[in-house]
Amino acid sequence: MRALLALVSGALFGAGLHVSGMTDTARVRGFLDFAGAWDPTLAFVMGGAILPMVVAWRVARFGKPLAGTAFPPPPSAEITRPLVAGSVLFGIGWGLVGLCPGPALASLSYGGWPGLVFLAAMLAGMWATPPLRRVLDRRAAGT
Amino acid sequence: MELSWIYGLIGGLMIGCAGAVLLLGTGRIMGASGLVGGLVDGTGRDRSTTAAFLVGLIGTPALMTGLGWQVDTQATTQLWLLILGGLAVGIGTRFANGCTSGHGVCGMSRLSVRGFAATLAYIGAGALTVTALRAGLGL
Repeated sequence: MRALLALVSGALFGAGLHVSGMTDTARVRGFLDFAGAWDPTLAFVMGGAILPMVVAWRVARFGKPLAGTAFPPPPSAEITRPLVAGSVLFGIGWGLVGLCPGPALASLSYGGWPGLVFLAAMLAGMWATPPLRRVLDRRAAGT
Repeated sequence: MELSWIYGLIGGLMIGCAGAVLLLGTGRIMGASGLVGGLVDGTGRDRSTTAAFLVGLIGTPALMTGLGWQVDTQATTQLWLLILGGLAVGIGTRFANGCTSGHGVCGMSRLSVRGFAATLAYIGAGALTVTALRAGLGL
């Protein structure tokens, strides 16, 4: 049941990314190009996606998931250094190519070799993050 | 392409509904980087749920493309840009514990301070990068 619901969710996510044009790197980079020919599409995608989620979070205040034990705890309000530094690094990569993790996966079947190279590098980066983080933490604690 | 904002809005609503199904159905937050990252680095639990999600995420666009709904991707063919960009997105989203879907869609919709901070940071950094690339290298 959980897998079926996750499959439906993933399918909707993929279809939404496809319909909205967010797997088109030129459109995404166009949104980031405030100083050039700005393309506002991404703002409509983000706004459209937030609407159902606002309702979902309201509903999630009560009870428990259909096929699960509990809803996520309330979010932390702590703005940490990894949050900001990580998001800045992510933004740089996003600006360089125009792909974020969702669309990188969604365009797997038609992104050609550039999409595959990007996805491989992204997965390698994700795989390398826990050891990298341990090294940085140790260095921070040592000095 | 003057209708692109309507497609954006419709696609966005679908993405939001996807997040609602995952949250209300399984209690999990629909963050692409968290879901796939947990599989890659071995920290993720509930792997069968994640795997099913990824099958849908990759399969539907493939199916739509096969049925004739083509979408351009236009990713650069500069190898160094692809590798550098991929590494930055992979490492950055894992350090930040979220990306456009997790912090942006799921975080901001519950007025998460961290979600707003992250979104401000990656859109700001992304905008500076696009502008710098064009000014410096003409890309």
